[in-house]
Amino acid sequence: MEKFITLTHTAVPLEIENIDTDQIIPARFLKATDKAGFGENLFRDWRFDKEGNLKEDFPLNQKKYHGQILVAGDNFGCGSSREHAAWAIKAYGFKVVVSSYFADIFKGNSLNNGLLPVQVSPEFLTELFKAIEENPSTEIKVDLENQVIKLIDKNLEERFDIDAYKKMCMLKGFDDIDFLVSKLDQIKAFEEQQTV
Amino acid sequence: MKKTLFDKIWDAHVVESIPNGPDILYIDKHLIHEVTSPQAFQELKDRNIPVFRPDKTVATADHNTPTENQHLPVKDLLSRKQLKELTQNCEENKITLYGLGHPYNGIVHVMAPELGITQPGMTMVCGDSHTSTHGAFGTIAFGIGTSQVAQVFASQSVLVEKPKKLRVNVNGKLKKGVTPKDIILYIISELGTNSGTGYFCEYAGNVFEEMSMEGRMTVCNMSIEMGARGGLIAPDQTTYDYVEGREFAPKGEAFEKLKTYWESLKTDEGAEFDQEYTFEAEAIEPMVTYGTNPGMGIKISQAIPVNESKSSGKALAYMGFTAGESLIDKPINYIFIGSCTNSRIEDFRIAANYIKGKKKAENVNALIVPGSRQVAAQIEAEGLHTIFEEAGFQLRQPGCSACLAMNDDKIPAGEYCVSTSNRNFEGRQGQGSRTILASPLTAAATAIAGKIVDFTKHLN
Repeated sequence: MEKFITLTHTAVPLEIENIDTDQIIPARFLKATDKAGFGENLFRDWRFDKEGNLKEDFPLNQKKYHGQILVAGDNFGCGSSREHAAWAIKAYGFKVVVSSYFADIFKGNSLNNGLLPVQVSPEFLTELFKAIEENPSTEIKVDLENQVIKLIDKNLEERFDIDAYKKMCMLKGFDDIDFLVSKLDQIKAFEEQQTV
Repeated sequence: MKKTLFDKIWDAHVVESIPNGPDILYIDKHLIHEVTSPQAFQELKDRNIPVFRPDKTVATADHNTPTENQHLPVKDLLSRKQLKELTQNCEENKITLYGLGHPYNGIVHVMAPELGITQPGMTMVCGDSHTSTHGAFGTIAFGIGTSQVAQVFASQSVLVEKPKKLRVNVNGKLKKGVTPKDIILYIISELGTNSGTGYFCEYAGNVFEEMSMEGRMTVCNMSIEMGARGGLIAPDQTTYDYVEGREFAPKGEAFEKLKTYWESLKTDEGAEFDQEYTFEAEAIEPMVTYGTNPGMGIKISQAIPVNESKSSGKALAYMGFTAGESLIDKPINYIFIGSCTNSRIEDFRIAANYIKGKKKAENVNALIVPGSRQVAAQIEAEGLHTIFEEAGFQLRQPGCSACLAMNDDKIPAGEYCVSTSNRNFEGRQGQGSRTILASPLTAAATAIAGKIVDFTKHLN
């Protein structure tokens, strides 16, 4: 897994609540058997109409918005467990997703793919949307080591939470499989004492 | 210390707790299907790691399968390739697969319980968010992503933080025409789609105690729609009677021994929950959704509430509805009875009982998709297929079908579908489709009337 330490970049705003994983990557694109190519179908039906024409007003299609940080409305990533959603966001070029709330499974999937979910307060989220709206080139700094997200121009910052183990994994680029395989002896011992 | 049902099962499966980190949770049963497993098999192959406990994984094909002509090669090339890959992966790794056409094939959350694979006190996972269904048996069951599917392949364990505990109580006497689907849609409409995030939810109260296993599965299935990773109901005689005698359930003395253990799986009196809600059964009515998430639900007799938020406006615009209007008399051209939420025999009995002797309205395209081969066989054995056919409903072969429209079963753009599935997200049932979630009874009544009706007035 790719390491994540800090990132300073511009952001794309998606001021919509309850964005579900069916919007992030519609089910008809889940027929692939590898992880490649999901980026081009990210938010497919919001980015393109049925004839495949670009919907100009959708933020990802507006030239003024660009960057490696996706800032989204409350309860991001709800619905289906499809990890394809995290793969699509990552493949499109985002490294961080910011929201005031993340659905559990999506959050786990993101962390397992080196995509950092940063949960901020609703007030800070509003500040982020406002700042990007005022100046789409405004830079945001995400510092995982210190668990701080900062709006550089406005000198506004907030601390965010992350599980200590997951933080270590992100900083070092480790993943859970390596860790679990290193625990197989304990797992076997557990199986032996399992009575029911 | 007083423990909840959830604590008892969780604590019995912790291999190790990582300080300031997640638990290593041992998994008793791992269910897989064609869509979320191929990349996990590939991950193991790339790392040269074998599947650690292949006998604890069971596979089925359901998401990406046609519901017609299942005996023929699958037409869609990508789907066919995905199914072929599942078969190959299972063969190479010695995993049991109930593929297309097998008498045990079906939607993963329908076939596993009916085969007795799902049992009380177990931990179960599957790369599907509706794995919460199995909680109906007093099981810790939750959906995982593909990376975690690979973790389970590699170690029969997952790394997961212990969730907080939530209890939802429903007590009292249900009104006529109110089914388990209405109960869960009501709960989600009251609490919201992220109320359960970070929690595992126990459902308690006489309403759930008196409910069939099919009904409990419908309720637990939709726990994820309020954000809860899983839901569960304490096992009781209804549970034991359902499990006993099923193909993979323990038999004889082994069953009795386990049953003694299962009887201990109840929340201790006075055990603490992080959050608790209580509802009265009398307040619940048949429910329909009007928006683009399962929390946007109303009683069939109510009007769409006024909500000024941007997201709510976007949802109503997508659905073509206005705040303040009622859905009664809205013409509906499609109904779907199926999905892991409502495709068990009881669901079809309820629908058939209403439909018997009636005909679907001319404008309606009515699709019935059983959850498994065994449910399909039961439909035939009970003669329900004749009722459906005479009423003009199409009875298909099992699979996830129009719930997520990965196959050809799609609702056309702009059309409404009263659907017994679990998600009314934009485009969920096909690009531009508009889903109204409801119970099998409401879907059946809609099909007959050709529009949404308050059928409770005619129930006796």
